[in-house]
Amino acid sequence: MPELARKDVLGLETMSRQEIELVLHTADSMREVLDRPITKVPALRGRTVLMMFYEPSTRTLASFNLACKNMSADTVSVSKSSSSLVKGESLRDTIQNLESMGADAVVMRHPSAGAPHYIARNIEGSVLNAGDGAHEHPTQGLLDLFTIEQHKGSLEGLKVAIVGDILHSRVARSNIWGLSTMGADVTICGPSTLIPPYVTEIGCTVTHDVREAVTDADVIYVLRIQLERQEGSMFPGAREYRRLFTIDAERISLASPDALLMHPGPMNRGVEITTDVADGAQSVILEQVPNGVAVRMALLYLLLGGGE
Amino acid sequence: MSSEGQLKVKAQIMDGAAIRRSLVRISHEIVEKNKGVQDIVLVGIRRRGVPLSERLGAYIEEFEDVVVPNGSLDITLYRDDLTLRHDRPMVHRTEVPFDITGKTVILVDDVLYTGRTVRAAMDALVDFGRPGTIQLAVLVDRGHRELPIRPDYVGKNVPTSRHEVIEVRVDEIDGIEDVVIMERQEEGAE
Repeated sequence: MPELARKDVLGLETMSRQEIELVLHTADSMREVLDRPITKVPALRGRTVLMMFYEPSTRTLASFNLACKNMSADTVSVSKSSSSLVKGESLRDTIQNLESMGADAVVMRHPSAGAPHYIARNIEGSVLNAGDGAHEHPTQGLLDLFTIEQHKGSLEGLKVAIVGDILHSRVARSNIWGLSTMGADVTICGPSTLIPPYVTEIGCTVTHDVREAVTDADVIYVLRIQLERQEGSMFPGAREYRRLFTIDAERISLASPDALLMHPGPMNRGVEITTDVADGAQSVILEQVPNGVAVRMALLYLLLGGGE
Repeated sequence: MSSEGQLKVKAQIMDGAAIRRSLVRISHEIVEKNKGVQDIVLVGIRRRGVPLSERLGAYIEEFEDVVVPNGSLDITLYRDDLTLRHDRPMVHRTEVPFDITGKTVILVDDVLYTGRTVRAAMDALVDFGRPGTIQLAVLVDRGHRELPIRPDYVGKNVPTSRHEVIEVRVDEIDGIEDVVIMERQEEGAE
Protein backbone atom coordinates (compact mmCIF):
# COMPACT_ATOMS: atom_id res chain seq x y z
CA MET A 1 0.00 0.00 0.00
CA PRO A 2 1.71 3.25 -1.09
CA GLU A 3 1.76 5.91 1.61
CA LEU A 4 3.04 9.38 2.19
CA ALA A 5 5.68 8.39 4.70
CA ARG A 6 6.11 11.78 6.31
CA LYS A 7 4.58 13.91 9.04
CA ASP A 8 4.82 17.23 7.24
CA VAL A 9 4.69 18.72 3.75
CA LEU A 10 7.29 21.47 3.81
CA GLY A 11 8.68 21.53 0.28
CA LEU A 12 8.99 19.68 -3.00
CA GLU A 13 12.78 19.62 -2.81
CA THR A 14 12.60 16.57 -0.55
CA MET A 15 9.56 14.87 -2.05
CA SER A 16 10.14 11.71 -4.07
CA ARG A 17 8.58 10.92 -7.41
CA GLN A 18 6.57 8.11 -5.81
CA GLU A 19 5.17 10.47 -3.19
CA ILE A 20 4.24 13.09 -5.78
CA GLU A 21 2.52 10.43 -7.88
CA LEU A 22 0.48 9.32 -4.86
CA VAL A 23 -0.59 12.92 -4.17
CA LEU A 24 -1.60 13.45 -7.81
CA HIS A 25 -3.54 10.18 -7.93
CA THR A 26 -5.40 11.05 -4.72
CA ALA A 27 -6.05 14.59 -5.97
CA ASP A 28 -7.68 13.14 -9.09
CA SER A 29 -10.16 11.28 -6.87
CA MET A 30 -10.75 14.45 -4.84
CA ARG A 31 -11.35 16.45 -8.02
CA GLU A 32 -14.40 14.28 -8.67
CA VAL A 33 -15.77 15.06 -5.17
CA LEU A 34 -15.79 18.75 -6.14
CA ASP A 35 -18.13 18.03 -9.06
CA ARG A 36 -20.81 16.46 -6.84
CA PRO A 37 -23.97 18.25 -5.72
CA ILE A 38 -22.68 17.85 -2.14
CA THR A 39 -18.92 18.44 -2.05
CA LYS A 40 -18.38 17.24 1.49
CA VAL A 41 -17.08 13.84 2.59
CA PRO A 42 -16.83 12.68 6.22
CA ALA A 43 -13.24 11.40 6.07
CA LEU A 44 -11.63 13.85 8.53
CA ARG A 45 -14.47 14.30 11.03
CA GLY A 46 -13.12 15.25 14.44
CA ARG A 47 -9.78 16.52 13.10
CA THR A 48 -8.82 20.12 13.72
CA VAL A 49 -6.56 22.17 11.47
CA LEU A 50 -4.96 25.46 12.52
CA MET A 51 -4.61 28.12 9.84
CA MET A 52 -1.73 30.43 10.67
CA PHE A 53 -1.27 33.07 8.01
CA TYR A 54 1.34 35.66 8.89
CA GLU A 55 1.27 37.14 5.39
CA PRO A 56 -1.62 38.28 3.17
CA SER A 57 -3.34 35.55 1.16
CA THR A 58 -6.67 35.22 -0.60
CA ARG A 59 -6.44 32.14 -2.74
CA THR A 60 -4.31 29.86 -0.59
CA LEU A 61 -6.16 30.62 2.65
CA ALA A 62 -9.59 30.20 1.04
CA SER A 63 -8.42 27.07 -0.75
CA PHE A 64 -7.08 25.42 2.44
CA ASN A 65 -10.24 26.40 4.32
CA LEU A 66 -12.46 24.91 1.62
CA ALA A 67 -10.32 21.77 1.48
CA CYS A 68 -10.65 21.28 5.26
CA LYS A 69 -14.40 21.85 5.19
CA ASN A 70 -14.88 19.50 2.24
CA MET A 71 -13.08 16.82 4.24
CA SER A 72 -15.18 17.60 7.37
CA ALA A 73 -12.17 18.80 9.38
CA ASP A 74 -12.67 21.80 11.67
CA THR A 75 -10.51 24.88 11.20
CA VAL A 76 -9.28 27.58 13.53
CA SER A 77 -7.74 30.68 12.00
CA VAL A 78 -5.05 32.84 13.53
CA SER A 79 -3.73 35.91 11.74
CA LYS A 80 -0.72 37.99 12.59
CA SER A 81 -2.58 41.16 13.51
CA SER A 82 -5.05 39.46 15.89
CA SER A 83 -2.62 37.03 17.55
CA SER A 84 -0.53 37.29 20.71
CA LEU A 85 2.48 37.70 18.45
CA VAL A 86 1.88 41.44 18.71
CA LYS A 87 2.15 41.07 22.51
CA GLY A 88 5.57 39.53 22.08
CA GLU A 89 4.77 35.81 22.36
CA SER A 90 7.18 33.64 20.38
CA LEU A 91 5.93 31.61 17.45
CA ARG A 92 6.85 28.40 19.18
CA ASP A 93 4.92 29.27 22.34
CA THR A 94 1.87 30.31 20.32
CA ILE A 95 1.82 27.08 18.37
CA GLN A 96 2.49 24.81 21.33
CA ASN A 97 -0.42 26.42 23.15
CA LEU A 98 -2.70 26.00 20.20
CA GLU A 99 -1.58 22.42 19.67
CA SER A 100 -2.37 21.61 23.29
CA MET A 101 -5.91 22.76 22.51
CA GLY A 102 -6.09 19.75 20.20
CA ALA A 103 -5.00 20.74 16.71
CA ASP A 104 -3.97 17.81 14.49
CA ALA A 105 -2.30 19.92 11.82
CA VAL A 106 -1.00 23.42 11.22
CA VAL A 107 -1.16 25.18 7.86
CA MET A 108 1.38 27.95 7.93
CA ARG A 109 2.29 30.91 5.76
CA HIS A 110 5.15 33.01 7.02
CA PRO A 111 7.39 35.76 5.59
CA SER A 112 10.52 33.98 6.85
CA ALA A 113 11.95 31.01 4.97
CA GLY A 114 12.14 27.99 7.25
CA ALA A 115 9.48 29.06 9.77
CA PRO A 116 7.23 26.05 9.04
CA HIS A 117 10.26 23.75 9.31
CA TYR A 118 11.04 25.17 12.73
CA ILE A 119 7.46 24.58 13.87
CA ALA A 120 7.45 21.07 12.39
CA ARG A 121 10.43 20.13 14.57
CA ASN A 122 8.66 21.39 17.68
CA ILE A 123 5.17 19.93 17.47
CA GLU A 124 3.76 16.44 17.07
CA GLY A 125 1.06 17.40 14.59
CA SER A 126 1.53 17.73 10.84
CA VAL A 127 2.71 21.00 9.32
CA LEU A 128 1.74 22.08 5.81
CA ASN A 129 3.80 24.88 4.35
CA ALA A 130 1.52 27.41 2.65
CA GLY A 131 4.46 29.56 1.56
CA ASP A 132 7.57 30.49 3.54
CA GLY A 133 9.32 33.66 2.38
CA ALA A 134 10.97 33.20 -0.99
CA HIS A 135 11.67 29.54 -0.20
CA GLU A 136 8.88 27.11 -1.15
CA HIS A 137 5.14 26.91 -1.74
CA PRO A 138 4.72 23.15 -2.10
CA THR A 139 0.92 22.97 -2.37
CA GLN A 140 1.03 25.48 -5.24
CA GLY A 141 3.74 23.40 -6.91
CA LEU A 142 1.67 20.23 -6.53
CA LEU A 143 -1.49 21.83 -7.89
CA ASP A 144 0.49 23.06 -10.89
CA LEU A 145 1.88 19.57 -11.50
CA PHE A 146 -1.66 18.21 -11.15
CA THR A 147 -3.06 20.75 -13.64
CA ILE A 148 -0.38 19.90 -16.19
CA GLU A 149 -0.85 16.16 -15.70
CA GLN A 150 -4.63 16.48 -16.15
CA HIS A 151 -4.06 18.02 -19.58
CA LYS A 152 -0.95 16.25 -20.79
CA GLY A 153 -1.36 12.82 -19.20
CA SER A 154 2.24 12.72 -17.99
CA LEU A 155 4.95 15.17 -16.99
CA GLU A 156 7.84 13.09 -18.30
CA GLY A 157 9.76 14.85 -21.06
CA LEU A 158 7.50 17.92 -21.22
CA LYS A 159 9.18 21.20 -22.09
CA VAL A 160 8.22 23.78 -19.46
CA ALA A 161 9.23 27.45 -19.64
CA ILE A 162 9.07 29.42 -16.39
CA VAL A 163 9.19 33.15 -17.09
CA GLY A 164 9.64 36.01 -14.65
CA ASP A 165 11.24 36.85 -11.31
CA ILE A 166 12.67 33.50 -10.23
CA LEU A 167 14.77 34.90 -7.40
CA HIS A 168 11.90 36.08 -5.21
CA SER A 169 9.45 33.33 -6.20
CA ARG A 170 8.68 30.44 -3.87
CA VAL A 171 6.22 29.22 -6.51
CA ALA A 172 9.02 28.96 -9.06
CA ARG A 173 11.23 27.11 -6.58
CA SER A 174 8.61 24.50 -5.74
CA ASN A 175 7.73 24.07 -9.41
CA ILE A 176 11.38 23.68 -10.41
CA TRP A 177 11.91 20.92 -7.82
CA GLY A 178 8.63 19.17 -8.59
CA LEU A 179 8.93 19.35 -12.37
CA SER A 180 12.54 18.14 -12.29
CA THR A 181 11.65 15.20 -10.05
CA MET A 182 8.84 14.23 -12.43
CA GLY A 183 11.14 14.26 -15.46
CA ALA A 184 10.13 17.50 -17.20
CA ASP A 185 12.68 19.72 -18.99
CA VAL A 186 12.61 23.11 -17.31
CA THR A 187 13.77 26.32 -18.98
CA ILE A 188 14.08 29.42 -16.82
CA CYS A 189 13.76 32.88 -18.33
CA GLY A 190 13.94 36.34 -16.81
CA PRO A 191 16.19 39.34 -16.19
CA SER A 192 19.67 38.12 -15.23
CA THR A 193 19.44 39.95 -11.89
CA LEU A 194 16.40 37.86 -10.96
CA ILE A 195 17.74 34.40 -11.74
CA PRO A 196 19.44 32.62 -8.84
CA PRO A 197 22.61 30.66 -9.63
CA TYR A 198 21.33 27.33 -8.23
CA VAL A 199 18.98 26.64 -11.14
CA THR A 200 21.70 25.48 -13.53
CA GLU A 201 23.07 23.17 -10.84
CA ILE A 202 19.81 21.23 -10.73
CA GLY A 203 19.69 20.86 -14.49
CA CYS A 204 17.51 23.76 -15.67
CA THR A 205 18.32 25.61 -18.87
CA VAL A 206 18.63 29.37 -18.43
CA THR A 207 17.97 31.99 -21.08
CA HIS A 208 17.31 35.72 -21.08
CA ASP A 209 15.58 35.59 -24.46
CA VAL A 210 11.87 34.97 -23.92
CA ARG A 211 11.33 33.88 -27.54
CA GLU A 212 13.96 31.20 -27.15
CA ALA A 213 12.38 30.05 -23.87
CA VAL A 214 8.84 29.63 -25.19
CA THR A 215 9.71 28.11 -28.59
CA ASP A 216 8.16 24.61 -28.75
CA ALA A 217 7.22 24.76 -25.07
CA ASP A 218 4.42 22.47 -23.84
CA VAL A 219 3.77 24.67 -20.83
CA ILE A 220 4.42 28.38 -20.31
CA TYR A 221 4.40 29.28 -16.64
CA VAL A 222 4.25 33.03 -16.07
CA LEU A 223 5.26 34.31 -12.64
CA ARG A 224 3.88 37.37 -10.96
CA ILE A 225 6.23 40.32 -10.86
CA GLN A 226 6.29 40.91 -7.12
CA LEU A 227 6.75 44.65 -7.17
CA GLU A 228 6.50 44.69 -3.34
CA ARG A 229 9.55 42.46 -3.01
CA GLN A 230 11.80 44.38 -5.43
CA GLU A 231 14.57 46.24 -3.70
CA GLY A 232 17.59 48.11 -4.99
CA SER A 233 18.27 47.94 -8.69
CA MET A 234 17.41 44.33 -9.45
CA PHE A 235 14.23 45.03 -11.36
CA PRO A 236 14.71 46.73 -14.73
CA GLY A 237 11.46 48.70 -14.55
CA ALA A 238 7.99 47.78 -15.73
CA ARG A 239 8.41 49.29 -19.18
CA GLU A 240 11.61 47.48 -20.01
CA TYR A 241 10.28 44.26 -18.46
CA ARG A 242 7.20 44.49 -20.67
CA ARG A 243 9.26 44.91 -23.80
CA LEU A 244 11.57 41.99 -23.05
CA PHE A 245 9.53 39.41 -21.12
CA THR A 246 5.75 39.94 -21.24
CA ILE A 247 3.90 36.89 -22.55
CA ASP A 248 1.65 38.07 -25.35
CA ALA A 249 -0.13 36.48 -28.30
CA GLU A 250 2.86 36.80 -30.62
CA ARG A 251 5.25 35.13 -28.19
CA ILE A 252 2.82 32.37 -27.23
CA SER A 253 2.43 31.49 -30.92
CA LEU A 254 6.02 30.20 -30.88
CA ALA A 255 5.09 27.48 -28.37
CA SER A 256 3.61 24.09 -29.20
CA PRO A 257 0.06 24.61 -30.61
CA ASP A 258 -1.58 22.95 -27.59
CA ALA A 259 0.70 24.57 -25.03
CA LEU A 260 -0.80 25.40 -21.65
CA LEU A 261 -0.54 28.88 -20.19
CA MET A 262 -0.34 29.05 -16.39
CA HIS A 263 -0.02 31.72 -13.73
CA PRO A 264 -0.21 31.30 -9.94
CA GLY A 265 -2.12 34.56 -9.45
CA PRO A 266 -2.68 37.30 -8.59
CA MET A 267 -1.95 38.60 -12.09
CA ASN A 268 -0.52 41.99 -13.01
CA ARG A 269 -2.33 42.22 -16.31
CA GLY A 270 -0.33 44.18 -18.84
CA VAL A 271 2.95 43.58 -16.98
CA GLU A 272 3.96 39.92 -17.05
CA ILE A 273 1.01 38.77 -19.16
CA THR A 274 -1.38 40.48 -21.58
CA THR A 275 -5.12 40.31 -20.96
CA ASP A 276 -6.01 38.62 -24.26
CA VAL A 277 -3.58 35.79 -23.49
CA ALA A 278 -4.60 35.46 -19.83
CA ASP A 279 -8.22 34.97 -20.88
CA GLY A 280 -7.38 33.08 -24.08
CA ALA A 281 -8.06 29.49 -25.12
CA GLN A 282 -4.72 28.14 -23.92
CA SER A 283 -5.03 29.61 -20.45
CA VAL A 284 -5.72 27.11 -17.64
CA ILE A 285 -5.33 29.78 -14.96
CA LEU A 286 -8.87 29.41 -13.67
CA GLU A 287 -8.55 25.59 -13.55
CA GLN A 288 -5.57 25.95 -11.26
CA VAL A 289 -7.90 27.23 -8.53
CA PRO A 290 -10.28 24.23 -8.07
CA ASN A 291 -7.33 21.92 -8.66
CA GLY A 292 -5.71 23.61 -5.67
CA VAL A 293 -8.64 22.63 -3.47
CA ALA A 294 -8.43 19.02 -4.70
CA VAL A 295 -4.67 18.80 -4.09
CA ARG A 296 -5.03 20.21 -0.57
CA MET A 297 -7.85 17.74 0.20
CA ALA A 298 -5.54 14.96 -0.97
CA LEU A 299 -2.68 16.14 1.25
CA LEU A 300 -4.95 16.49 4.28
CA TYR A 301 -6.23 12.95 3.71
CA LEU A 302 -2.76 11.52 3.22
CA LEU A 303 -1.40 13.23 6.37
CA LEU A 304 -4.41 12.97 8.70
CA GLY A 305 -6.58 10.21 7.20
CA GLY A 306 -5.34 7.13 8.99
CA GLY A 307 -5.09 6.31 12.67
CA GLU A 308 -2.01 6.86 14.76
CA MET B 1 -2.43 -8.96 7.67
CA SER B 2 0.56 -11.28 7.71
CA SER B 3 0.81 -10.78 11.48
CA GLU B 4 -2.51 -12.59 11.76
CA GLY B 5 -1.20 -15.65 9.92
CA GLN B 6 -1.08 -16.84 6.35
CA LEU B 7 -4.24 -17.31 4.30
CA LYS B 8 -4.76 -20.70 2.75
CA VAL B 9 -7.41 -21.69 0.23
CA LYS B 10 -9.80 -24.14 1.92
CA ALA B 11 -12.36 -24.73 -0.80
CA GLN B 12 -13.77 -23.37 -4.04
CA ILE B 13 -17.42 -22.40 -3.59
CA MET B 14 -18.21 -21.17 -7.09
CA ASP B 15 -16.53 -21.60 -10.45
CA GLY B 16 -16.87 -19.34 -13.48
CA ALA B 17 -20.04 -21.07 -14.72
CA ALA B 18 -21.70 -20.79 -11.28
CA ILE B 19 -20.85 -17.07 -11.11
CA ARG B 20 -22.32 -16.52 -14.57
CA ARG B 21 -25.54 -18.40 -13.74
CA SER B 22 -25.96 -16.43 -10.52
CA LEU B 23 -25.51 -13.10 -12.28
CA VAL B 24 -27.94 -14.10 -15.06
CA ARG B 25 -30.53 -15.04 -12.43
CA ILE B 26 -29.98 -11.82 -10.45
CA SER B 27 -30.36 -9.71 -13.59
CA HIS B 28 -33.72 -11.45 -14.25
CA GLU B 29 -34.76 -10.89 -10.64
CA ILE B 30 -33.92 -7.20 -10.85
CA VAL B 31 -36.15 -6.80 -13.91
CA GLU B 32 -38.92 -8.91 -12.35
CA LYS B 33 -38.94 -7.19 -8.95
CA ASN B 34 -38.97 -3.72 -10.48
CA LYS B 35 -41.46 -4.65 -13.22
CA GLY B 36 -39.11 -3.59 -15.98
CA VAL B 37 -35.97 -1.52 -16.08
CA GLN B 38 -37.40 1.96 -16.09
CA ASP B 39 -35.61 4.27 -13.63
CA ILE B 40 -33.04 1.59 -12.78
CA VAL B 41 -29.38 2.51 -12.42
CA LEU B 42 -26.56 0.19 -11.39
CA VAL B 43 -23.75 1.30 -9.09
CA GLY B 44 -20.85 -1.04 -8.34
CA ILE B 45 -18.82 -0.71 -5.15
CA ARG B 46 -15.07 -0.66 -5.80
CA ARG B 47 -13.31 -2.77 -6.50
CA ARG B 48 -14.94 -6.07 -7.39
CA GLY B 49 -18.50 -4.77 -7.32
CA VAL B 50 -17.66 -2.71 -10.41
CA PRO B 51 -17.09 -5.55 -12.94
CA LEU B 52 -20.04 -7.46 -11.44
CA SER B 53 -22.27 -4.41 -11.91
CA GLU B 54 -21.09 -4.04 -15.50
CA ARG B 55 -21.95 -7.68 -16.19
CA LEU B 56 -25.43 -7.31 -14.68
CA GLY B 57 -25.90 -4.29 -16.95
CA ALA B 58 -24.81 -6.31 -20.00
CA TYR B 59 -27.26 -9.15 -19.17
CA ILE B 60 -30.13 -6.71 -18.61
CA GLU B 61 -29.33 -5.08 -21.95
CA GLU B 62 -29.30 -8.50 -23.60
CA PHE B 63 -32.72 -9.52 -22.17
CA GLU B 64 -34.53 -6.19 -22.23
CA ASP B 65 -32.74 -4.32 -25.01
CA VAL B 66 -32.28 -1.32 -22.74
CA VAL B 67 -28.98 0.21 -21.68
CA VAL B 68 -28.99 0.80 -17.93
CA PRO B 69 -26.69 3.57 -16.60
CA ASN B 70 -23.71 2.16 -14.70
CA GLY B 71 -21.59 3.91 -12.09
CA SER B 72 -18.87 3.05 -9.60
CA LEU B 73 -18.40 4.09 -6.00
CA ASP B 74 -15.19 4.35 -3.96
CA ILE B 75 -16.24 4.34 -0.30
CA THR B 76 -12.85 5.03 1.32
CA LEU B 77 -13.72 8.57 2.43
CA TYR B 78 -16.91 7.29 4.09
CA ARG B 79 -15.42 4.39 6.07
CA ASP B 80 -16.23 4.33 9.77
CA ASP B 81 -12.87 2.73 10.60
CA LEU B 82 -10.71 5.33 8.83
CA THR B 83 -9.26 6.72 12.06
CA LEU B 84 -8.81 3.24 13.55
CA ARG B 85 -6.67 1.85 10.76
CA HIS B 86 -2.92 2.17 10.73
CA ASP B 87 -2.68 2.57 6.98
CA ARG B 88 -4.34 5.10 4.72
CA PRO B 89 -6.17 3.24 2.01
CA MET B 90 -5.73 4.61 -1.52
CA VAL B 91 -8.63 6.79 -2.61
CA HIS B 92 -9.87 6.00 -6.10
CA ARG B 93 -12.24 7.89 -8.33
CA THR B 94 -16.00 7.61 -7.96
CA GLU B 95 -17.94 7.79 -11.24
CA VAL B 96 -21.66 8.47 -11.04
CA PRO B 97 -22.13 10.55 -14.20
CA PHE B 98 -25.95 10.58 -14.07
CA ASP B 99 -28.66 11.94 -11.79
CA ILE B 100 -29.85 9.38 -9.22
CA THR B 101 -32.67 11.46 -7.73
CA GLY B 102 -35.92 9.47 -7.83
CA LYS B 103 -34.16 6.47 -9.41
CA THR B 104 -34.02 2.87 -8.27
CA VAL B 105 -30.35 2.43 -7.47
CA ILE B 106 -29.05 -1.14 -7.43
CA LEU B 107 -25.87 -1.22 -5.34
CA VAL B 108 -23.64 -4.11 -6.38
CA ASP B 109 -20.85 -5.68 -4.32
CA ASP B 110 -19.01 -8.97 -4.35
CA VAL B 111 -19.33 -10.06 -0.71
CA LEU B 112 -21.78 -8.94 1.99
CA TYR B 113 -20.28 -9.40 5.45
CA THR B 114 -20.65 -6.90 8.34
CA GLY B 115 -22.70 -4.46 6.26
CA ARG B 116 -20.36 -1.58 7.04
CA THR B 117 -19.26 -1.15 3.42
CA VAL B 118 -22.88 -0.94 2.33
CA ARG B 119 -23.60 1.63 5.05
CA ALA B 120 -20.70 3.73 3.76
CA ALA B 121 -21.86 3.27 0.16
CA MET B 122 -25.36 4.49 1.02
CA ASP B 123 -23.90 7.57 2.73
CA ALA B 124 -21.80 8.26 -0.36
CA LEU B 125 -24.77 7.71 -2.66
CA VAL B 126 -27.05 10.25 -0.98
CA ASP B 127 -24.38 12.92 -1.57
CA PHE B 128 -25.20 12.54 -5.27
CA GLY B 129 -28.96 12.97 -4.92
CA ARG B 130 -32.01 11.41 -3.32
CA PRO B 131 -32.72 7.99 -4.79
CA GLY B 132 -36.32 6.72 -4.85
CA THR B 133 -35.16 3.28 -3.69
CA ILE B 134 -31.82 1.67 -2.97
CA GLN B 135 -31.57 -2.09 -3.48
CA LEU B 136 -28.58 -4.32 -2.78
CA ALA B 137 -27.22 -7.10 -4.99
CA VAL B 138 -24.30 -9.27 -3.83
CA LEU B 139 -22.64 -12.32 -5.30
CA VAL B 140 -21.98 -13.89 -1.87
CA ASP B 141 -23.70 -13.30 1.48
CA ARG B 142 -21.47 -14.73 4.21
CA GLY B 143 -23.47 -13.55 7.26
CA HIS B 144 -22.15 -11.92 10.47
CA ARG B 145 -23.97 -8.63 9.97
CA GLU B 146 -23.12 -5.82 12.40
CA LEU B 147 -25.74 -3.40 11.04
CA PRO B 148 -29.43 -3.77 10.13
CA ILE B 149 -28.73 -4.30 6.42
CA ARG B 150 -30.03 -7.11 4.17
CA PRO B 151 -29.51 -7.88 0.49
CA ASP B 152 -32.32 -7.86 -2.09
CA TYR B 153 -30.49 -10.15 -4.51
CA VAL B 154 -28.02 -12.88 -3.50
CA GLY B 155 -25.91 -15.11 -5.73
CA LYS B 156 -25.08 -17.60 -3.01
CA ASN B 157 -25.50 -17.77 0.76
CA VAL B 158 -22.32 -19.11 2.34
CA PRO B 159 -22.30 -19.80 6.08
CA THR B 160 -18.81 -18.91 7.34
CA SER B 161 -16.86 -18.49 10.53
CA ARG B 162 -15.20 -15.16 11.29
CA HIS B 163 -11.76 -16.75 10.88
CA GLU B 164 -12.48 -17.47 7.26
CA VAL B 165 -12.10 -15.09 4.35
CA ILE B 166 -14.21 -15.19 1.21
CA GLU B 167 -12.45 -14.09 -1.92
CA VAL B 168 -14.26 -13.36 -5.16
CA ARG B 169 -11.89 -13.36 -8.10
CA VAL B 170 -12.94 -11.95 -11.46
CA ASP B 171 -11.28 -12.00 -14.86
CA GLU B 172 -11.14 -8.21 -15.19
CA ILE B 173 -8.99 -7.80 -12.06
CA ASP B 174 -7.59 -11.19 -11.09
CA GLY B 175 -7.39 -13.01 -14.42
CA ILE B 176 -9.36 -15.90 -12.91
CA GLU B 177 -13.08 -16.50 -12.31
CA ASP B 178 -14.09 -18.14 -9.02
CA VAL B 179 -15.11 -17.73 -5.39
CA VAL B 180 -12.89 -19.37 -2.78
CA ILE B 181 -13.07 -19.73 0.96
CA MET B 182 -9.78 -19.19 2.73
CA GLU B 183 -8.68 -19.81 6.27
CA ARG B 184 -6.08 -18.20 8.45
CA GLN B 185 -3.32 -20.57 9.44
CA GLU B 186 -2.40 -20.50 13.11
CA GLU B 187 0.83 -18.66 13.82
CA GLY B 188 3.74 -21.08 13.64
CA ALA B 189 1.71 -23.93 12.11
CA GLU B 190 2.85 -25.12 8.70
